[in-house]
Amino acid sequence: MTITIYVPCDTTALSLGADQVAQQIRDHASKQGTDINIIRNGSRGLFWLEPLVEVMTAEGRVAYGPVEPEQITELIAAGMLEGKSGHPLYLGVIEDHPYLKRQQRLTFSRIGITDPVSLEDYLAHDGFSGLKNAATLTPQGIVDEVKTSGLRGRGGAAFPAGIKWQTVLNEPHNQQKYIVCNADEGDSGTFADRLVMECDPYMLIEGMAIAGLAVGATQGYIYVRSEYLLSQQMLNEAIRRAEAAGYLGDNICGNGRAFHLEVRLGAGAYICGEETSLLESLEGKRGLVRSKPPLPAIKGLFGQPTVVNNVLSLAAVPFIMANGGKAYADYGMGRSLGTLAIQLAGNIKQGGLIELAFGVTLQEVLQDFGQGTFTERPMRAVQVGGPLMAYMPEEQWDTPMDYEAFAKLGAGIGHGGVVVFDDTVDMGEQARFAMEFCSVESCGKCTPCRIGSVRGVEVIDRIRAGENRDDNLELLAELCETMVDGSLCAMGGMTPFPVQSVMKYFPEDLMASPRPVEA
Amino acid sequence: MHMSESVSHQVAAMPVTGGGDWNPDMIRHEVSALKHKPGALLPILHAIQDRIGYIPEGAVPIIAQEMQQTRADVHGVISFYHHFRTRPAGSHVLQVCRAEACQARGGRALESHIREKLGVDYHNTTADYEFTLEPVYCLGNCACGPSISVDNTVYGRMSPQKFDQLADRLTTTVIELK
Repeated sequence: MTITIYVPCDTTALSLGADQVAQQIRDHASKQGTDINIIRNGSRGLFWLEPLVEVMTAEGRVAYGPVEPEQITELIAAGMLEGKSGHPLYLGVIEDHPYLKRQQRLTFSRIGITDPVSLEDYLAHDGFSGLKNAATLTPQGIVDEVKTSGLRGRGGAAFPAGIKWQTVLNEPHNQQKYIVCNADEGDSGTFADRLVMECDPYMLIEGMAIAGLAVGATQGYIYVRSEYLLSQQMLNEAIRRAEAAGYLGDNICGNGRAFHLEVRLGAGAYICGEETSLLESLEGKRGLVRSKPPLPAIKGLFGQPTVVNNVLSLAAVPFIMANGGKAYADYGMGRSLGTLAIQLAGNIKQGGLIELAFGVTLQEVLQDFGQGTFTERPMRAVQVGGPLMAYMPEEQWDTPMDYEAFAKLGAGIGHGGVVVFDDTVDMGEQARFAMEFCSVESCGKCTPCRIGSVRGVEVIDRIRAGENRDDNLELLAELCETMVDGSLCAMGGMTPFPVQSVMKYFPEDLMASPRPVEA
Repeated sequence: MHMSESVSHQVAAMPVTGGGDWNPDMIRHEVSALKHKPGALLPILHAIQDRIGYIPEGAVPIIAQEMQQTRADVHGVISFYHHFRTRPAGSHVLQVCRAEACQARGGRALESHIREKLGVDYHNTTADYEFTLEPVYCLGNCACGPSISVDNTVYGRMSPQKFDQLADRLTTTVIELK
């Protein structure tokens, strides 16, 4: 009988040797004459266990991890191909793993289970049922369902998706409209967009096709950052197959409406994650931020009404259309409804993707899921929401993950990335890096961002060198205010947040001289 | 019967690959294949860099003419994006993640080790044309850092020791003797 084995093929698994693991298994099996079928599934997002090898057994999919290529001989000797429990890497039936069991995977229900580009797999796991439902509704009917779900933009700004869609739908019909997916996932500590594109690309395609039907757009673009070449390849293959099967093209699900999709590659500019800069880039220009208004929903790509949504926002839509907006809104708290894709990263023992209803506290994520730092030293600071968000000290970790609760602290959830630092971190260096990063990635259009960030680095250097410390601290505080109030977009406007949080909660590091970097 | 033997590039220096290896027809070909697309300039620049390894200065007037844009426009776009390069790269493009999640896992120490080991700073190529060193701000591998990427392959949980082994492997060629 053929044994089915799963070896993930996402970037993280590959970065830790998944291809070599698959090859070793193949070689060993053929040497001993065992008939095996290796499926390259997506990752389940339990990254500390990658490469995570699974074997199909009568009890379910039994897992081993983290597997290194050199360990295959001993694993097979210990009965891995039969799903036996002898080896220390044996994890049991993976679906019962507490890290997965405690999650509420609505959007990420398929990742790691299916072969990402297999259309059959996607359909067998409820794929395209949302689009099929949408194809029977009026555009207003679809938009209403998204409004009911309470879905807010997952890119960081948390703007209600239904209202954005309504604005585009309300624009006159006899003109070209666009759906643009922002897949320029540049925030450090985030990888959920990548997981969607690499591990379940049809879900994004389905979400975009639904958006197209909802607002009357016939063309969509997915703007993928150039660092994500595997995402680009997966999407291109999935688009090709979806077109052939009639889920994209001139006649979506046989209802006579058209939607075409194309992947475009960015070129290494962080600012292009800002929606107007992204539109400029898609138009073939420098990624300079536009002034708003006009909103992209009214004058977006090539001056036409455009829905610009993050990958995760669009990826949430198939569930909503398959199960109803109400089913999604049943999760979450307050005005933060549905689930949040928390991406646990940095110095953490059990990093990975954690999809949970809004409302879980940061501390639960760090301890129950993360199990403390990788280095086993005390945690000192946590940056939630990307490089433009505050560093949070321990006294704030009991905050529930909810947009409003975080905003009250001057922090933010952003795209859901959580980066953990242990007590060896030099917070003065982190503040300096925030300014340095802005000086590298600023589009240069407005002065507070372009010049302010350069001056920010200089002032922090002077403070740390002990030059007129009090005066320079005052100057830094004023500079931060100017950038927050005077910048055109979030890049310059939010770069001061991590700096201000260091001034407020970790001033001792800012006053001290930089610590030497130990190799 | 084959015999294999390892020879280090440092011993047998190889000529620069991709250097000056282009002609105007190549550029025109890439432009005309894509210029019908709305907002075609980025796809065109990617196609040229993928084919030649960089975007030669001499390509700018050709692209400008074909696209009916000014040379300043085209130059402006090329220079705005970190990904596009206007000089040939070394045999391997090495990107080191400098962002927060990797910093939290010893990324700064790894960075300084790599710069020291290769003897070059960012945006430069080693004297033997083996490596072009680039900074990158996030490779999306943030739970398993620090991360680097070599010729678009990402390596996670990198350490100075692992980097040295990887660099040795990459600069060693197997020559087949018949």
